[in-house]
Amino acid sequence: MKLLNSIRTGNLRDWGASYWDNSSPTKRKAIATSIIGFAALAPFMGFGLLDTPVSDYGAVLVYPVGMFILMALGLNIVVGKSGLLDLGYVAFFAIGAYTMAILGTRTSLNTWEIMPIGIALAMIAGLILGLPALRLRGDYLAIVTLGFGEIVRISALNTSEIGGPNGIPNIPVPPPIGPIKFSLNDQKAFFWVVLIMILLTIWMIRRLSVRRAGRAWEAIRQDEDVAELMGVHTLKYKLWSFSLGAAVGGAAGVLYASKTLFIAPEMFTLNVSILILACVVFGGMGNIWGVVLGASILAYLPERIRFISDARLLVFGLALVITMNFRPDGLLPRKKREKAIVKSAQKGI
Amino acid sequence: MFSTLIDQFWSLTLSGIALGFIYVLVSLGYTMVYGVLRMINFANSEIFMFGTFATIVISRDFLGNVDGSKSLPLPKLLLTMTLCLLGSMIVSGLVAVFVEFVAYRRLRARGTNKLATLISAIGISIVLSESMRIITHSRPTLNPRVLEKKSLFEIAGASFRIDTVLTIIFAAVLFLVLDRFVKFSRLGRAIRAVSMNEDAAKLMGVDLNKVISATFLIGGLMSGAAAYFYTLTYENTKFNVGFTLGLAAFTAAVIGGIGNIRGAFFGGLSLGLVEVYASSILGTEWKSVTVFIILVLVLVLKPNGIFGEAVQQTRA
Repeated sequence: MKLLNSIRTGNLRDWGASYWDNSSPTKRKAIATSIIGFAALAPFMGFGLLDTPVSDYGAVLVYPVGMFILMALGLNIVVGKSGLLDLGYVAFFAIGAYTMAILGTRTSLNTWEIMPIGIALAMIAGLILGLPALRLRGDYLAIVTLGFGEIVRISALNTSEIGGPNGIPNIPVPPPIGPIKFSLNDQKAFFWVVLIMILLTIWMIRRLSVRRAGRAWEAIRQDEDVAELMGVHTLKYKLWSFSLGAAVGGAAGVLYASKTLFIAPEMFTLNVSILILACVVFGGMGNIWGVVLGASILAYLPERIRFISDARLLVFGLALVITMNFRPDGLLPRKKREKAIVKSAQKGI
Repeated sequence: MFSTLIDQFWSLTLSGIALGFIYVLVSLGYTMVYGVLRMINFANSEIFMFGTFATIVISRDFLGNVDGSKSLPLPKLLLTMTLCLLGSMIVSGLVAVFVEFVAYRRLRARGTNKLATLISAIGISIVLSESMRIITHSRPTLNPRVLEKKSLFEIAGASFRIDTVLTIIFAAVLFLVLDRFVKFSRLGRAIRAVSMNEDAAKLMGVDLNKVISATFLIGGLMSGAAAYFYTLTYENTKFNVGFTLGLAAFTAAVIGGIGNIRGAFFGGLSLGLVEVYASSILGTEWKSVTVFIILVLVLVLKPNGIFGEAVQQTRA
């Protein structure tokens, strides 16, 4: 009954949250295990209604679906949790991918050894960009990050040492883990790696949200000046949020390069940033499950329905405008409790 | 490295000024909207892009001009140029009003936060540029040459080509007209009142929605004029033509102090010059990188711009 009611009012999020809160620990474990198990079996469901006519179903699950979910979760830390509009998210993805491509082709390091290096470099780039940019107010931040994303791409395009416009070919696939081998033809292994990375990211965000950092981000999102007056070190926490988001983007980049075996600057245009932003906004800013749902839908639909795939970006742009105009909280809005705080804060001033 | 700069200093300066005037006109679209809304008009680059296509469609399809090495006979030339300039301004102006109506108005009426409006503006900008990409199949579109680009006269090695001279003269005139208009007309006063204090302006009987639409319209008209001079000089356009140009024009607006109309004039000219000098030293492929670094430096060192924002508000 409650479920029906929440579908009618369009607030599945609160129903899910209260169901979870009222469950016993064993029940919670059972729910979590079955959801993860279901997701892990997704590569075997590629027939009938779910099959993708445009491209190979197994590949679609890794990129775009899995990768988009992962990156949307990373961007959600920046946009959803702390309310900072980052339009240059592709830069961190590109930095991760180029780290993998350069080190993978020129040294004997394998994907798992390069992963931490790629993450570290993306975080450092986040700090370098964030230190000047995060002092600016919201709309300036948006345009500076937008420029940064383009600058990384143009620099890669103009630097012949890393292939210039030709990019870097022959990037090695990850080495096998036990019996599981990575290959282009069968992408199940890649999917499971992405799934593990998604789960780690969700775990990280959930843990951080209830700790000092999460509270600081929430305060900054609602009113930065007030947060600062209350003693929140806003720049520090904004930098944290920015570089954590960058770290997830970098990790996604490393895996992406190792999966496609070839990268070139034109893969890292502004469009990627916009696609990821659309996933976050469409699903529901600040809410992990909303973001996962939004990214799955927006990544999967263009592969399922052929005519959308030609006009993918157009659809994503429309999704941004329509969501903001008619359902600004997205498909699955954040918890009512959090919204109530925002409302009373707006009324109070 | 610097030899090109020294050898061709005056001719570079001239093309820098011409480019600067295009920046001035486009940056007016950013600066005026910012003045009344305190928000960046993300779709301004697409408003400009539609203007460039309007110019070409009018000249090529409506008037049936084809590319020629000689100028058209004078009456037809004048007709083409006037119609193209006006058409481009009108199309850009209408697109700007459409953008305001679709992306800003509803959100403003509901009083949502800034983030939502920014995202909706980015969305509409993507929709506009993607529709044009699909219509033109991602291919560049050529503007038929109707005006032979001969040099009028030469000073210190800089040849004053007819398109450069026209751009400079007309852009300067348009800017002066706009400046007077905002200063003295009734609508201009309303625009300034809203940018000073929205609530007080409303209490004084200013129709806020009308003023905001009018501001978008004027910004669009100016960007449309810029689009005409851009196609006159560069003779082709593409669906993503507005991206780098928009970033540069925004930088120009920030240099001059965003919200400040006269600041945009100096910001546009100085950015045009710096960009041309810098590309002669570093090579044109690093042009947008230079512009971006200038933007970050200005925002970090002097966020209110060199001439100061019209209304002080460093954080909101």
